Amino acid sequence: MTWELLRDTLLLEYHNTRLPVLGVTFLGTTAGLVGSFLLLRKQSLLGDALSHATLPGIGIAFAAMTSLGFSGRSLPGLLFGATVTGLLGILLVLAIRRTTRLKDDAAMGIILSVFFGMGVAILKMLEKTPGSSAAGLDSFIYGKTASMIWADFYLISGTLAVTVFLTVILLKELTLLCFDSNYASSQGWPVLRLDVVLMGLVTAVTVVGLQAVGLVLVIAFLITPPTAARFWTQRLGPMIFLSAFIGALSGWLGASISALDSNLPAGALIVITAAVVFLISMIFGSARGILPRYLQHLRLQRKVGRQHLLRASYEILEDTQDSVPIQNLPISIDRLRKHRYWAKGELSKLIRQARAEDHLERRPTGELHLSESGFGEASRLTRNHRLWELYLIRYADIAPSHVDRDADLVEHLLGAEAVRQLEAELNLSRPTIESPHRI
Amino acid sequence: MTAIDFQIILVGSLCAMACALPGTFLLLRRMSMMGDAISHAVLPGLAMAFLISGSRTSIWMFVGASVAGVLTALFSQWITRFGKVERGAAMGIVFTTLFAVGLVLIRRAADHVDLDAGCVLYGALELTPLDVVTLFETDRYHVEIPRAAIVAGATLLANVVFVGLFYKELTLASFDAGLADTQGFRPRLMHYLLMTMVAMTTVAAFEAVGSIIVIAMLIVPPATAFLLTRRLPVLIGLSLSIAFVSAVLGHGLSHLSTSIGLPESTSSGMMSTAAGLLFLVAWLCGPEGLLRRRSAVVEAPYPAP
Repeated sequence: MTWELLRDTLLLEYHNTRLPVLGVTFLGTTAGLVGSFLLLRKQSLLGDALSHATLPGIGIAFAAMTSLGFSGRSLPGLLFGATVTGLLGILLVLAIRRTTRLKDDAAMGIILSVFFGMGVAILKMLEKTPGSSAAGLDSFIYGKTASMIWADFYLISGTLAVTVFLTVILLKELTLLCFDSNYASSQGWPVLRLDVVLMGLVTAVTVVGLQAVGLVLVIAFLITPPTAARFWTQRLGPMIFLSAFIGALSGWLGASISALDSNLPAGALIVITAAVVFLISMIFGSARGILPRYLQHLRLQRKVGRQHLLRASYEILEDTQDSVPIQNLPISIDRLRKHRYWAKGELSKLIRQARAEDHLERRPTGELHLSESGFGEASRLTRNHRLWELYLIRYADIAPSHVDRDADLVEHLLGAEAVRQLEAELNLSRPTIESPHRI
Repeated sequence: MTAIDFQIILVGSLCAMACALPGTFLLLRRMSMMGDAISHAVLPGLAMAFLISGSRTSIWMFVGASVAGVLTALFSQWITRFGKVERGAAMGIVFTTLFAVGLVLIRRAADHVDLDAGCVLYGALELTPLDVVTLFETDRYHVEIPRAAIVAGATLLANVVFVGLFYKELTLASFDAGLADTQGFRPRLMHYLLMTMVAMTTVAAFEAVGSIIVIAMLIVPPATAFLLTRRLPVLIGLSLSIAFVSAVLGHGLSHLSTSIGLPESTSSGMMSTAAGLLFLVAWLCGPEGLLRRRSAVVEAPYPAP
């Protein structure tokens, strides 16, 4: 029963939930688009300051409209008031930042708390005014998704259209602004005007979102989807798309679930849905997620460990033999351990790994013996190491006694192309190279 | 001024000063928005404490909210460190999510008892004189103060003791965490102690005065003082004084509005407004203020990078 209800709500089958669900889906898309730029501009919390700064505007607009004899609850009027004080708040944040030693966070905090305080003071005054109908104004703080009407929906759709239009037209300019605003201004781009456009969009999303999800939760709509999207891609275009998609998804799912039970506030559920998406993205995100990065780290660690083991074996073989070319003879584990001062557990882990990869065999006597492929790989690695050492000694002026460590930092990442370049640069093409220092 | 005015001002100013003290260190660490985040995020802590204990006893609420506050700091830190997310964004995600969870929980709990998000936000400063404790009573004197004043006073005292004990450590950790670490001063421990202090102050204060004042007093008085001085002890002293003046001025303003024919407002909203006015004055007329710019030569604080 509940599942059918949820499915039908999700598919917009119900007349009375269709509008709110569709509305917050569009709102999420818009916020996801705008929020991407805000995140990359490192100004995420500006949405926080802005949304709090809209409250006095709502109160003042209500008072003004009532005293002029109109209905105080006219939505365009209230939203106009919200926009005016919201923009004023942003301007003051920018002004404080430019003219004082105070930093971003303090400037935003001041505007946020003072404007919000003023807003609450004004709303309380209105509530106590005899005969006024201001009692519901604080729905702007928590939002009322379910009571969305067509006018709200048109407003949200309009904002979405304008946002998409501006994003497409100004994509290059906004990208430049987000990644390197100093460069942009030095190239003669109107950075200030672009910033104003971006802030204007943020204001529009916030003000439109106030009624739908409330003052605090609209902040999440601006921050969470782009941050989640950032984990999946390193490219701006896909990130913006994904962020808009995550915004839409959270709005759609959250609003639908809240329609199941009158005790579940839609704004809160939308935010929680977005947070779940964020958590999944943070752990599994293919580009910057915690798990993929950890696995990559492990892979690199294995590779470095294997290369150290093979090179150490080769160096020992060289050390114990006078003849060139050297023979592939068995090596004792003890000798290997002393060569690089490995811990016992560490070394046996590396040996297990190398045996699994068929680089190493264990003799019945307990000694180790490089396999055919292991010996080839070991001589190649040692040669690369020495190529790089010689390069560093010649071109980077590093003392032969210190070059071993420095070479070690880079050699694991040397590709075939880089090795060829090194050979050409150093005029070396011999199959074996002697070490430039004592081993 | 009536006794009720005195009591409101007493509670308001004690709370304001209790907040301004940790706020100074938040400002120095560029973490002012943490106060905002924590004061929003205590909501689920309150609701959980209520759902578990089944009562509105202060001690449970206090514990629940403090835990939620510290978790906010902890989660933001984790997301920044492990997810490599910018600090502001991490904070924004954590506090909005916790706030949302709090709203859902409160809606669940609301069936049983009167606990709504509004009382967390606005507080009930005007009602504090109703809940009084008698200090001492003789034939001629009858001295009583609001219970909230005792809570606020204790918080202020605890904060003063904390800052007094760890003044050196806090200062070093705020200005140069790297040096603090090499000297063995445990800057990370200091960070979490400070966050705990902010969380507990937030909780203790907003029961009486609402989170509006808490956020405003954590941020605005220290920022105002910051424009007036460059020395830490002076900064702390000034920000405490500004917090006190804001509380008095704010209550005065809420009276003023009635005397010029406007309806009565809340003292808590007006106290934040007053703090904002003081900031404006400092911004315009302070030693480096906008109006002094042209008359005095401002020496550059640091060499240009």
